Amino acid sequence: MNEESVDLTEKVSPNTVLVLKNVKKYFPVKRGILDVLLRKPVLYVKAVDGVSFCVETGEVFCLVGESGCGKTTTGRLITRLIKLTSGRILYKPKEETLEIAKAQGLNIDDRGFLDISFVKGPTDKALRRDIQMIFQDPYGSLDPRQTVYSALEEPLLIHKIGSSRNERYELVVKALEEVKLVPPEEFLGRFPHMLSGGQRQRVNIARALILRPKLIVADEPVSMLDVSIRAEILQLMLDLKESRRLTYIFITHDLAVASYICNKIAVMYLGKIVELGETRKVIDNPYHPYTKALIAAVPEPDPSNRFRIREVPIIGEVPSAVAIPSGCRFHTRCLYAMDICKRKEPPFIEVEPDHYVACWLHMKK
Amino acid sequence: MPLLEVKNLKTYFFTVRGIVRAVDNVSLSIGEGEVLGLAGESGCGKSTLGYSIMRLVPPPGRIVDGKIIFDGNDITRMSEHELRSKVRWKGISMVFQGAMNALNPVYTVGHQVAEPLIVHKGLTKHEALEHVKEALKMVGLSPEIVRRYPHELSGGMKQRVVIAMAIILRPKLIIADEPTTALDVVIQAQIMNLFKKLKRELKSSMIFITHDLSLLSELSDKIAIMYAGKIVEIGPSENVYTDPKHPYTQGLLRSIPRLHGKEKITWIPGVPPDLRRPPPGCRFHPRCPYAMDICKKEEPPFIEIDPGRFVACWLCVKR
Repeated sequence: MNEESVDLTEKVSPNTVLVLKNVKKYFPVKRGILDVLLRKPVLYVKAVDGVSFCVETGEVFCLVGESGCGKTTTGRLITRLIKLTSGRILYKPKEETLEIAKAQGLNIDDRGFLDISFVKGPTDKALRRDIQMIFQDPYGSLDPRQTVYSALEEPLLIHKIGSSRNERYELVVKALEEVKLVPPEEFLGRFPHMLSGGQRQRVNIARALILRPKLIVADEPVSMLDVSIRAEILQLMLDLKESRRLTYIFITHDLAVASYICNKIAVMYLGKIVELGETRKVIDNPYHPYTKALIAAVPEPDPSNRFRIREVPIIGEVPSAVAIPSGCRFHTRCLYAMDICKRKEPPFIEVEPDHYVACWLHMKK
Repeated sequence: MPLLEVKNLKTYFFTVRGIVRAVDNVSLSIGEGEVLGLAGESGCGKSTLGYSIMRLVPPPGRIVDGKIIFDGNDITRMSEHELRSKVRWKGISMVFQGAMNALNPVYTVGHQVAEPLIVHKGLTKHEALEHVKEALKMVGLSPEIVRRYPHELSGGMKQRVVIAMAIILRPKLIIADEPTTALDVVIQAQIMNLFKKLKRELKSSMIFITHDLSLLSELSDKIAIMYAGKIVEIGPSENVYTDPKHPYTQGLLRSIPRLHGKEKITWIPGVPPDLRRPPPGCRFHPRCPYAMDICKKEEPPFIEIDPGRFVACWLCVKR
């Protein structure tokens, strides 16, 4: 039996833009004074516990999972809003950023990758232009006292783009046109409360795009929108991807949305990727019991469903990320758990070309 | 005779900046044991309709006109006392939106679920707790959690407690307003299974409110689609899903991403109108791909195209 996990990070192609190598993020649990006095050990929430994957240029790479599985934390690590505990994040920056990094004397490997996890100084700032984020909550992510114009001008001022006010105005108008908020003049002076949810999310997208990034981390960008406008925002994101040659990391809990927009899906459970592969392969032919349960839980618009109970092959609820189960972390909820699952963590293997799974059930050879 | 009949109901909000016609001339009926699914975009008045039936519309909102006949009595004409002793919770109960926050953090689960029994049925606390344990078992929870506080429970468990609370007096009608938003898909599927089970065992009628048409089909016998304060289409689930008549319903159904389907999804352009100044004629005409001249001028009648199937659209009016 070959128990070696495949190292996905070895599959780097010339087209690869981002590589995560065994990335971990632990958050210490706050201790009371009594815990300190009694010398209780510091506990950690293992939000991300060894995640590795590669993202190709022009791809929509999807992270799916239930709340608390670490998908948002992974996104925040990539945008460097938080610092990782261990592991490496390699990124192939834009030419300009590369120049700045070279001038700063940072180590860039022969394939053009820069380790972005602990970058400081001018490269840090340049990378923030390179990698942008779209947040989930269109109501909370815009300052209620800032007009659309000022929200879009702010990143330009920070990154010193556009030397004159006129130039910046032009850039803002163009960004609004690109996200189809037309005529732009009508929206420039508006405050967030004067916009609908869909329009706010467009402003958020425009704000992320105005700095001409290469990689965008979109954290549940449509989950708070009505179903009727979701399609419009998703299509807009796909169109922009083509016209701007973007790469997306798309974070969602909704498999139907993931299946619509993504090329690749990584299913996360308690801080680890349990299955990864091309979207159609994962959705139509899932291997991991957790992926199967997630797929079974998705409601479909078919009225005959009301006569049958939807069988979701899963037990109980997600355990706490402080006390992660031994062996395979899914074994407490798995209907097919065997002895080995409780003792040993399953390796991440390639079950079929470019389709990976971490489950003992598929270790037959 | 239907269990609930809403006739020409109008609920308006009298705000400083004008009158918001949140529910504007809505009529519908629900039979015994029937589940009505109410769908529409946010701000279309679907929650307000639910609150109106409970007579819980918060000020400055008010039921202006119309009748709500429940079990033969008009709720809109009842005194507050009569309403409380006969209808609220005993006859009609509600699972509120954001049920995660609907529980009081300083009381135990048992205390909260038992309250309606003590108030409405005059049971002692001890007797009430026995009933509570029964109800908790019914919603798939262990009876021991009567002593727990809400913060000790997970989101899915809290949702089950809120449902136990809604069924404790065996009401004839339960109104569930977006009962699964903020829950994970797996938990959502489990809660929907619970509703299916309760529908079978308790035989109570339900109004299920959500903007998610996929979820709605999991439970509803009858579907009502609301747009800008009005019901634009109502009919048996099978018919509405397989053969939607109103362009708005068609648009909604085409905007749902499917898991296995490969067809491109489309959307409804534009935004819903401001309910203080709705467009003249058919309220959907500015966003309708088939809008004709008459749509801009005259409001379409709500006509019965098949038994039990009503549509408000000029396209369906034969002339």
